[in-house]
Amino acid sequence: MNPAIAFLLSMTFLISIGGLFLMVWGLANDQWGDGQEAAKTIFAEGEIGRAEDPATTGPRRRELQEEADGDIGKLDIDQSELADRRVYDSSSRQPVLWWLTSSVVWLLLGSLFGVIASFKLHLPDWLVGEAVLTFGRIRPAHLNVVAYGWASMAGVGVGLWLVPRLFKTELAGGRYATIGAVLWNLGMGGGTIAILAGFSSGLEWLEFPWQVDILLVLGGALAAVPLIMTILRRRVHHLYVSAWYLIGALVWFPMLFVTGNLHALFTGTEQGILNWWFAHNVLGLWMTPLGLAAAYYFIPKLTGTPIYSYTLSLIGFWALALFYSQVGVHHLIGGPVPTWLATLSIVTSVMMIIPVVAVAVNHHMTVLPRWRMVLISPTLRFVVAGAMMYTFASVQGSIEALRSVNTITHFTHYTVAHAHMGVYGFFSFILFGSMYFILPRLVRWEWPHAWAITLHFWLVFAGFGIYFWFLSFGGWLQGLAMLDATRPFMESVTLTLPYLTARSIGGTLMTLGHIVFASHFFVVLARMGPEREAAPRMMASRYVSEGGEA
Amino acid sequence: MTRVLGIIAGTALILLYATLLLVVMPTIQLRTGENPPEALEPYTESEARGREHYISLGCIYCHSQQPRDPSQAPDMARGWGRPSVPSDYSYDNPHLLGTMRTGPDLFNIGARQPSVDWQLTHLYQPRAVSPGSIMPAYPFLFRETDYLGDQIEVKLPAQFQGSERYVVPRQEALDLVDYLLALDHTYPAEELPQAPEEDETGETGETGETGETVETVETGEAGEAEAEPTAAAAAAADIGERRPATAGDPSIASADAVVERETP
Repeated sequence: MNPAIAFLLSMTFLISIGGLFLMVWGLANDQWGDGQEAAKTIFAEGEIGRAEDPATTGPRRRELQEEADGDIGKLDIDQSELADRRVYDSSSRQPVLWWLTSSVVWLLLGSLFGVIASFKLHLPDWLVGEAVLTFGRIRPAHLNVVAYGWASMAGVGVGLWLVPRLFKTELAGGRYATIGAVLWNLGMGGGTIAILAGFSSGLEWLEFPWQVDILLVLGGALAAVPLIMTILRRRVHHLYVSAWYLIGALVWFPMLFVTGNLHALFTGTEQGILNWWFAHNVLGLWMTPLGLAAAYYFIPKLTGTPIYSYTLSLIGFWALALFYSQVGVHHLIGGPVPTWLATLSIVTSVMMIIPVVAVAVNHHMTVLPRWRMVLISPTLRFVVAGAMMYTFASVQGSIEALRSVNTITHFTHYTVAHAHMGVYGFFSFILFGSMYFILPRLVRWEWPHAWAITLHFWLVFAGFGIYFWFLSFGGWLQGLAMLDATRPFMESVTLTLPYLTARSIGGTLMTLGHIVFASHFFVVLARMGPEREAAPRMMASRYVSEGGEA
Repeated sequence: MTRVLGIIAGTALILLYATLLLVVMPTIQLRTGENPPEALEPYTESEARGREHYISLGCIYCHSQQPRDPSQAPDMARGWGRPSVPSDYSYDNPHLLGTMRTGPDLFNIGARQPSVDWQLTHLYQPRAVSPGSIMPAYPFLFRETDYLGDQIEVKLPAQFQGSERYVVPRQEALDLVDYLLALDHTYPAEELPQAPEEDETGETGETGETGETVETVETGEAGEAEAEPTAAAAAAADIGERRPATAGDPSIASADAVVERETP
């Protein structure tokens, strides 16, 4: 056996055993917190059993409460805790609004790029007059704008909002995060222009020139400052599961992003390996933990129920850290990479089933007994749909990494559909839901149009359904055609055309949904539109504390 | 969990470990760029400029440069060339492996379509020479002129001719075609198994388990066959259940049902 591989295998074994012992030690010494009790730390006294959704209307809200467990008449919420929480929320107001508002603008731009790129695939002579509009520039512009502009900025915004609530203290150093948002936006603008002008670095997911990425590194570092400062001032002993994911994401992303940007030091195959190790980790160790942090907070919060199994969430977190960090090379199966490396990534891809099942049990078992709430609450609908698509995307990804399946799906549109299931179906849906919950609390203005939220949901849900199923099916057929040497290559191109057209229709519906969402977002931001008949519980006290200022 | 420092240290260490495994180890093992194959020329100035255009126009989003092994996919039978090995990429920074085949693999496009005229026409209007293609047209890499002089005229079928004027390539198009024609990796790869008689049978024998020798010999055929496209097609046609063309270290070839190429 190759000594390098022998070394790797023994290292893997030793570290796994070490991790196991660490966990046993942690359990024995109660390092893991207080079991199921810890799951209740995000609730105020008497709050469990109370459903909460600021995005729904009065009668629906009562209906929602009927579906929740608690007997609302007998419970008194600790008002002082709620008052504290309003202080926490207002402490994060400025930076969170900066990050979220920016993300919504990038979402609109990214959707526009996406739709143009999609149409170009079946209308190859459309908009070909200028280099700036060529498919090969619009497509990476789309990817970077939605990944780093929309998803990352929205994720940071939601994270910043969660921080003071999780640590039960005001957000400290919020202005650093605001400056961070400005720098990040400058980086996004510079990078997008660089791609469109033809100055891409050439590596997927790392197209922004490194000079521009410095701005993103600084912006991200500044956004992490309040997290650290707030942790140091925390008033909770136990760290709620969302906090682990937030800490993880903010540790991982700078490490990944800096390493990824050192790509010029690598050549050829090694650079390709670095590239895909990085690219998959953007999803696995950045977006996923941010999305799960939000889901672990909002699912219990909206349903008024602590998470199903707190111990399970621990397994989910550490298994995700260990396995997701090693899956990247499954993007190069069949490529000129060492066999052991691709095998390692395939094995860890399959092992991802462990954290995914842990998270899935936790999320879905919390919702299942109260599933009718999903029909009533628009916020919960988004978050639960996102959590379900997380399970789906992850299991699909584990299967897709198998060599036999990958041989068909690699190099096809199937992979594109799968990537959207992760970043859009899972992460973006959870971000939408989170924003519906967060924004009214920051602006002290309710969502004026419940119908717009419903319309947003069904446009993006139906649009994405069309997008995903057509593109997956078309991609699969494309892969089969490519593997059959008796069929000319052109067949694998022409057979995808109806599916690519369907994808454009789905993408257009999604974009329409984004326009509805963004309009509604800015209406709330401007505190416009009709005032709602019954303020949600968490805001009702604004009439008390601010004398009906609204 | 109650310890912030524990989470920070734990998460950072796990990622460091993953970086060591997935980034550092392959780099130590492969050392691409230190031993470029003799038959592989560094890019000329115009080829390097063309490569920059390939990057800036985003060709990578539809074209890969990594033919797979015949045991996995019929890339060789399609004329895309032998499986690529790390040393083929000795001069590639940034790498252009690509992960999409909306269009065909281009690792040997220079050998497959060596005609400058064809390449230029194809860039100007892909559907003029490749009916059914969904590749975008790149008219902005060309210009129209009344005076041809010593410039190359882009020849177009009547229905794609926009005007009476000549269509001539800009420098960008010429550079890009130079780069495409340089994509020729038809030389034999040392890392791939050679003809059976050239196998280091002694070493193969030493590694032990039954079946390995057979495997190596079989894959050797594949490695040899690909030097010529016609032979490659023939080899690929009966390649069926052949084990992958793992190269160099036979012990790794037999480790499990491998698909990737291994390097020495």
